[in-house]
Amino acid sequence: MKAFTQLNGLVCPLDRANVDTDAIIPKQFLKSIKRSGFGPYLFDEWRYTNYGEPGMDCTDRPLNKDFVLNQPRYQGAQVLLARDNFGCGSSREHAPWAIEDYGFRVIIAPSFADIFFSNCYKNAVLPIVASAEVVDRLFKECEATEGYKLDVNLAEQTVTTPTGFSFKFDITEHRKHCMLNGLDDIGLTLAHADEIKAFEEKHKATQPWLFA
Amino acid sequence: MAGKTLYDKLWETHVVREESDGTCLLYIDRHLMHEVTSPQAFEGLRLAHRKAWRNTSIVAVPDHNTPTNHWDRDIEDPVSKAQVDTLDANIKEFGALVYFPFKHENQGIIHVIAPENGATLPGMTVVCGDSHTATHGAFAALAHGIGTSEVEHVLATQTLVQKKSKSMQIKIEGQLGAGVTAKDVALAIIGKIGTAGGTGYCIEFAGSAIKGLSMEGRMTVCNLAIEAGARAGIIAADETTVAYLKGRPHAPKGADWDNAVEYWKTLHSDADAQFDTVIEMKAESIEPQVTWGTSPEQVLAVGGKVPNPANEADPVKRAGVERALQYMGLQADMPITDIQIDKVFIGSCTNSRIEDLRAAAVVAKGKKVAGNVKLALVVPGSGIVKRQAEAEGLDKIFTEAGFEWREPGCSMCLAMNADRLSPGERCASTSNRNFEGRQGPGGRTHLVSPAMAAAAAIAGHFVDVRTQQ
Repeated sequence: MKAFTQLNGLVCPLDRANVDTDAIIPKQFLKSIKRSGFGPYLFDEWRYTNYGEPGMDCTDRPLNKDFVLNQPRYQGAQVLLARDNFGCGSSREHAPWAIEDYGFRVIIAPSFADIFFSNCYKNAVLPIVASAEVVDRLFKECEATEGYKLDVNLAEQTVTTPTGFSFKFDITEHRKHCMLNGLDDIGLTLAHADEIKAFEEKHKATQPWLFA
Repeated sequence: MAGKTLYDKLWETHVVREESDGTCLLYIDRHLMHEVTSPQAFEGLRLAHRKAWRNTSIVAVPDHNTPTNHWDRDIEDPVSKAQVDTLDANIKEFGALVYFPFKHENQGIIHVIAPENGATLPGMTVVCGDSHTATHGAFAALAHGIGTSEVEHVLATQTLVQKKSKSMQIKIEGQLGAGVTAKDVALAIIGKIGTAGGTGYCIEFAGSAIKGLSMEGRMTVCNLAIEAGARAGIIAADETTVAYLKGRPHAPKGADWDNAVEYWKTLHSDADAQFDTVIEMKAESIEPQVTWGTSPEQVLAVGGKVPNPANEADPVKRAGVERALQYMGLQADMPITDIQIDKVFIGSCTNSRIEDLRAAAVVAKGKKVAGNVKLALVVPGSGIVKRQAEAEGLDKIFTEAGFEWREPGCSMCLAMNADRLSPGERCASTSNRNFEGRQGPGGRTHLVSPAMAAAAAIAGHFVDVRTQQ
């Protein structure tokens, strides 16, 4: 996994609550057996006016000009600003894969759905929970200011606006350590393989039917 | 000291180690798999030269991409076929306790086949790369949906990195009215607490109305916990749980069975257990439900009227209602029962079990599907459900009424196979998500119970099933 330390990135505002993972990456793209290449199909049904199929070349597809991701001022955005319950619905990790492949590294919202939230950390995408007031403020500033960028510092757990307004965000020590160092969990967990084996033996002794 | 919740008990018996920040390694007993969210996980294992830690924990089946008719033609979409073939190859390479390939007589939806084969047991931790894994909580098992990186993690380590959630109890006392089902209970709960109401929680469903449900009904309720935002929903084990499991192929046998049943009797919240949040509802207040919008929380009793955005004070919510009405092609304030439908789907991991098909058949018996309904599909959850329904003559009831009787699979719940809505088509569906495009691009989904779906098929529009029986 790529490490994440610090980012000064252009912000794209997606002003909708309850954005579900079916909208982030529609089901037809889930037929891929790869982890990469989902970026061109991110928000496919909102982004294009024709029906997308897996493997389709998106360079000539008709764009929905009204969709925020297609507006010239948000091209190259790395920070996605969203509303409540972002990433709800299906557990598909293809959603953060598409978000990361498109180029977003940070999502800021008042709340996230649980499974999507943990999937982000596995893919070097930092989900930041901010209060509804702060998110409202960022939406207003972003819409009013062309080229609006946020400075995100993971070590300090801060987000800073162009005018110097700053807020802190929470992250568990474990997730922070993994993201800062680009570590994935499996290697870290296997360092405790003996403990897992010992647990497994004990568990088998008390509930042998689970191992039948 | 306060007693323990069922969630506390399930959690504590699976913690391998705990970090200082509360992050735990949780041991996983059962790993369920389907073809959509597993290929990248197996590929990751292969690239790192790792084996599956305990392949006898794996129960796998292809279900999302499989067609529900013309099995003689195999899987016609080459991309779908490649994904199903990849699961075949991965299971062959890495092993599994149970694998039902496409066309196997017991093949079906993973969340239907694991319980019916006794592979979901009380006291287990269960994971699957699928959000509806919450279903298995009906057996007093801690069941989480996980992402593909976590699938790989569980394959490689038999553990999941997790922090403990908060606990919520949703208590429903009383008796459900005739024609009111587990689906209506679940939708009413989501309508009350919202699709993010359970975010960060494990929800325990309790109370006499929950205890009165069959295992099929309990699975429907837990299945929809994720639509209320909760990664897991659980229900205490009791005599209904034990009776369901007895004699199933992978349920314990002999002395193991007796010991297991003794243990399972402890799998309930203690009387003095404390929950972070408690929500109470009266069973008698729950009516048959119909969703009107593009989120499961946009739901009403069948006697209700489509909301008017003008009545919504919060601007983000108002915009949401306006957007949903536009997408759904509905007028504010119109009665739910005036909504005409084009298609009907009875199936999915929410409502494709034998009890669901029986409830729909009771309504369909001796009637005909309305002329304006272009397609009414009944898709059993598994080969076992299908054969049971056929033994009871339910297939005849459906086909004589004009429904199509199909082969098992996920089908039009998410339309990864050929079963889907065309743009603008409106469907009465027993599935779990009414998101934009979920059942096909531009498709319009209304979530209902199997009985309500069958009643809508006959009437051609939504109708209160209680007036039809």
